[in-house]
Amino acid sequence: MEEILKIEGLSKSFDDLTVLEDINLTVAKGEVVVIVGPSGCGKSTLLRCINGLESIEEGKVLLDGETVNPTTGNIRKLRERIGMVFQSYDLFPHMTILDNIMLAPLKVQKRDKAEVKKEAEELLARVGLSSKKDNYPRQLSGGQKQRVAIVRALIMNPEVLLFDEVTAALDPEMVREVLDVILDLASQDRTMIIVTHEMAFAKAIADRVVLLDAGTIVEQSDPISFFESPKTERAKKFLSTFEYSKQ
Amino acid sequence: MGIEVIFKGKNLIRLLEGLGIAMKISMISVAISIVLGIILGMLMTMKKPAVNAVLRAYLEIVRIMPQMVLLFIVFFGITKMTGINLSAETASLIVFSFWGTAEMADLVRGSLISIPAIQYESSMALGLSGFQTYVYVIIPQIIRRLIPLSINLITRMIKTTSLIMMIGIVEVLKVGQQIIEANRKTSPKAAFGVFAVIFLLYYLVCGPISALSKMLEKRWEN
Repeated sequence: MEEILKIEGLSKSFDDLTVLEDINLTVAKGEVVVIVGPSGCGKSTLLRCINGLESIEEGKVLLDGETVNPTTGNIRKLRERIGMVFQSYDLFPHMTILDNIMLAPLKVQKRDKAEVKKEAEELLARVGLSSKKDNYPRQLSGGQKQRVAIVRALIMNPEVLLFDEVTAALDPEMVREVLDVILDLASQDRTMIIVTHEMAFAKAIADRVVLLDAGTIVEQSDPISFFESPKTERAKKFLSTFEYSKQ
Repeated sequence: MGIEVIFKGKNLIRLLEGLGIAMKISMISVAISIVLGIILGMLMTMKKPAVNAVLRAYLEIVRIMPQMVLLFIVFFGITKMTGINLSAETASLIVFSFWGTAEMADLVRGSLISIPAIQYESSMALGLSGFQTYVYVIIPQIIRRLIPLSINLITRMIKTTSLIMMIGIVEVLKVGQQIIEANRKTSPKAAFGVFAVIFLLYYLVCGPISALSKMLEKRWEN
């Protein structure tokens, strides 16, 4: 399998607090890696390091052999190739849905407007939101906004897509519509790194599950081994927090 | 009703000239305040403690002091202290700009910090440059927040120019008083008519500005 993303010995700390410690992770083209772990374990920071939203102190993130470094000029070129969807709805409130989606392809990639519009409309249709294209973000539900945010990242045709707890702020009944869109992307062989708390979803979509705890990778394996027969005590303990039984 | 005095002699022209002086002083001050206020407001968001302390103190002074006290300090006080003979008009421009800049800076600061960090981040994550992020994402949002607030400030500054007659400037209110005084014998009710006309004049100036603000707000409400 051809590797697309390589993280080598990545460490990151905020002041005295070590958030990530010696992370090594390789992602193959078309692979879906799901990162799970308790709150504050560094999952989000790891994603933010991958597209250069955080500075990297130690180690390297390589996209197709090119180093991601927020302080150099090529970071913008790299970000075009790494799409990211955030937990909070981050659509631009002063633009219509269509304008939100078309901004980056027009201004960053300088593509032809008619062509971009056509693609935007096709992608919106695919996530079931054609009728909302001229609406503003505030007129959409949380789940609809997240689907638009996914389309906005997709239209850049990124080589890697990062999802940072995209359903964590949603009402339960809206989680499904967003996860279905991501499942659809997996079926198109998109390379994705997904941070989530939805274990059933992780099990269904992951090619590989990575458990992060206190800034280090504790365990990684295919989803069946991870969920059915975790190797480490930490993984067993983490998974048991999702199980309920009466006494 | 006393309105007839308005049409005596050059009274109406004089009132309009007085309004012109009030407008001139307020508009020049507004222009200065907007430019300086944007610069200071941006400085206030830069998290430099020393700069912040000075600017907060400045804002507090302006808020606490009645504009009239500021006018007296600048017009009478500075003249006595330094011997520099400021014209009443210059003194008014200084005071109104000093006041407007402080308030404008605070509005700009508030608008800037009200934009969540995720707006910058998601824009950059899409590959937009810092400059593009400001031009397409941040500044349009700031303008939408800022315009209704600054229009409120502008109308307040226009109305407050009525104070400058206290340092001898013959603006619209002063002209009105002169007309009333001059016609005390022949039209004892002139006060009502003259002030009603002045009310109308202020309304004609501030009304459209407020209406514009309402229109923009409505348009941006989507």
